[in-house]
Amino acid sequence: MIAFDQVRVRYPGSDRDALAGVSFTASPGQLTAVVGPNGSGKSTLVRALLGRIPLQQGRVTVDGTATALLSRRDLARRVAVVSQREEPAFPLSVRDYVALGRFPWQHAWSPPSPQDLDAAERALREADVVPLADRRTDALSGGEWQRVRVARALAQATDAIVLDEPTTFLDIAHEMACFELLAALAHAGRCVVVISHQLNLVARFADRVVLLARGHLVAEGAPGDVMRGETLERVYEWPLVVSRDPAVGAPTLVPLRKRHAPLP
Amino acid sequence: MRRARWGALLLLLVVTGVLALMLGATNIAPADIWGALVGDGRDTATVAIVRAVRLPRVLLAMLVGAALGMSGSVLQGTLRNALAEPYLLGVSGGAAVGAVVAVAAGVGAPPLIALAAFVGALGAVAAVLAIAHAAGGLGDTRLLLMSGVVVGAFANAAIMVVMAAAAPDVTRNALWWMMGSVAAAGWRDVVLLAAMLAVIGAWLVHQARGLDVLALGGDAADSLGIDAARVGRRFFVLASLLAAATVAVAGLVGFVGLMVPHLARSITGGRARPVLLAAALCGAILVVGADLAARTVRAPAELPLGAVTALVGVPFFLWRLRGGR
Repeated sequence: MIAFDQVRVRYPGSDRDALAGVSFTASPGQLTAVVGPNGSGKSTLVRALLGRIPLQQGRVTVDGTATALLSRRDLARRVAVVSQREEPAFPLSVRDYVALGRFPWQHAWSPPSPQDLDAAERALREADVVPLADRRTDALSGGEWQRVRVARALAQATDAIVLDEPTTFLDIAHEMACFELLAALAHAGRCVVVISHQLNLVARFADRVVLLARGHLVAEGAPGDVMRGETLERVYEWPLVVSRDPAVGAPTLVPLRKRHAPLP
Repeated sequence: MRRARWGALLLLLVVTGVLALMLGATNIAPADIWGALVGDGRDTATVAIVRAVRLPRVLLAMLVGAALGMSGSVLQGTLRNALAEPYLLGVSGGAAVGAVVAVAAGVGAPPLIALAAFVGALGAVAAVLAIAHAAGGLGDTRLLLMSGVVVGAFANAAIMVVMAAAAPDVTRNALWWMMGSVAAAGWRDVVLLAAMLAVIGAWLVHQARGLDVLALGGDAADSLGIDAARVGRRFFVLASLLAAATVAVAGLVGFVGLMVPHLARSITGGRARPVLLAAALCGAILVVGADLAARTVRAPAELPLGAVTALVGVPFFLWRLRGGR
C-alpha cells in the first residue's frame, strides 16, 4: 500500500507548488491510475515517492512506514518504479537486464542466489518476454522494450509497482497488452500505480482514478465518478464530451474541435 | 565459450609479455630470460637487462594499460557516455600542467615530477567536480563531461603559456612526457602503481553491480536503491585516481582509456564486472604491445608510446564504428 499524506513539493526557483498538499492511497489488489494534464504533478509524485526531492510538508508511506525512514535499498525492496524514459548506456542481454532488478536484494560479492534466479525467471514469464531473453536491449521494438522494463520491475519482487506513462510510443495493441498486464498484476494482489495520459484506457482498466491539476487533487474514485465531462473540460481546458464506449459501457472521452466553421 | 575467451586473453597477455622481454636492443632467448628471472643466469649483463630494465618496463606497461582500461570502463559506465575517457575529463590536462610547471621550475628528479603530475591531476578532478556541482549538481552526467572539457581546455592553454616561455630542453622534456613513455620504468614505479591498482581495482570490481545500475541512468538507479549522484561521484573520483597514477609514472598514454572499454564490451557483453576485468587484460596487452613496437620499429630510436597507442587505436576505432558500435 502506498499512501500520500498531505504531500507538498515546490521546486527551487518555482513560484507555485508542484504538489499542493496531495493525499490519496493506492491499495493492494487494485490498479490505481494517476491522470492529469501536463505539468499537473504526476511525475513529481514518483520523485516524492523515491525521495528524490524534499517534501515541504506531508509524508509518503509504504505499508505504513514513512519512506523518509527507509533506506534507499529498503524502499527498492518494497516499491519498483518504471520511469518515463530509460536507455541503458550500453546494450545488455534482456536476461542480464532483467536480473538487475535483483540489485536491492543482492550483496556485492555473492553470486545470484536461487531466489534471484527464480525471481528473474518468473518476471520474464509474467511480463511475457521469455522469447526475448537472449536478445540485446538495443535490438527490441518499443513495445518489447516496455515489457522488458516491466519485467525488470517485477524481478524486484516488490509488493508495489509504479509506472510513469508506460504506453507512450506504443501502438494500440501494445497499449492494450500493457494495461492487460498491469490489471492482471494488480488483481493478483500487487499494488499497481500507473501514470497515464490514456484516459480511455484508464477508464476501462483502472479500479481507481486520481485526477491531478496544477498540483491539486481534483477528483478521486472509480473511473465513472472521476471522468465527468464538466470536470475534465475544466481540468484540461479543452471542450470535450464523455460518452460510453460501445463495448463495455466504460466512460469514453471525446475531445471536440474548437472551430466548427469552415476556413474561408 | 566464455572460458575460452578469458583463456585466450590471458594467453595473449603472457605471449606479448614474453615477447617484450625477449626483443629489444639485444635479443634474449627465452631460456636466458627464465634463467635471469629465477636467479641462475650465467651472463650478468643479460641478468641485469632482464631484471633492471625489461621486466620493470614490461610490468609497468601492463599496469598502465590495465589501470587505464579499468578507469575508462568505469568512466564510460558512470557518465553513460561511450566517448568518456580519463583524459577527456581533465585528468590528463591537470597532470600535464603539474608536470610541465615542475619541469619549467627546474625540478629534475623524476619522482618529484611524478608527484607534481599527480597533484595536478587531483587538482583538475577537484575543479571538475566543483564546477559541475556549482552548475547544478552531480546528478547530471552531462555537466561532469562539460566541466571536464572546460578544465582540459584551460589546462592546455596554461601548458602553452608555460612552454612558450620555457627553454628548449624544458620544452623537449615536457613534450616527451606528454607523449607518454615507460622507458624510464623503475621498480618503485611498478610497486606504487601495482599497489594503487590492487586497492582501487579490487574495490571497483567489488562494486561492479553498482556500475551496472548507474549505467541505466539516474531515475532507474535511484529506483533500484542507490543514490546515483553519490555513488557516481565515488566511481568518478576512483577512476580519476587510477588514471592520475598512470600519468604520474608514464605520462600521457592516449587512447587506451577510450578504446579498451569498447574492446572489452565486445568480448564480454555489457555487464560491468566482466567488462572491468577484460578491460584490465586488454589494456595490459595493448600497452605492452605498443611499447614493444615503440622501441623496436625504428630501433635504436624510440617512438613515443602515446603516439603508438593512438596509431593502433584509430584504425581499430574506425573498424568498430563500421561494425555498428
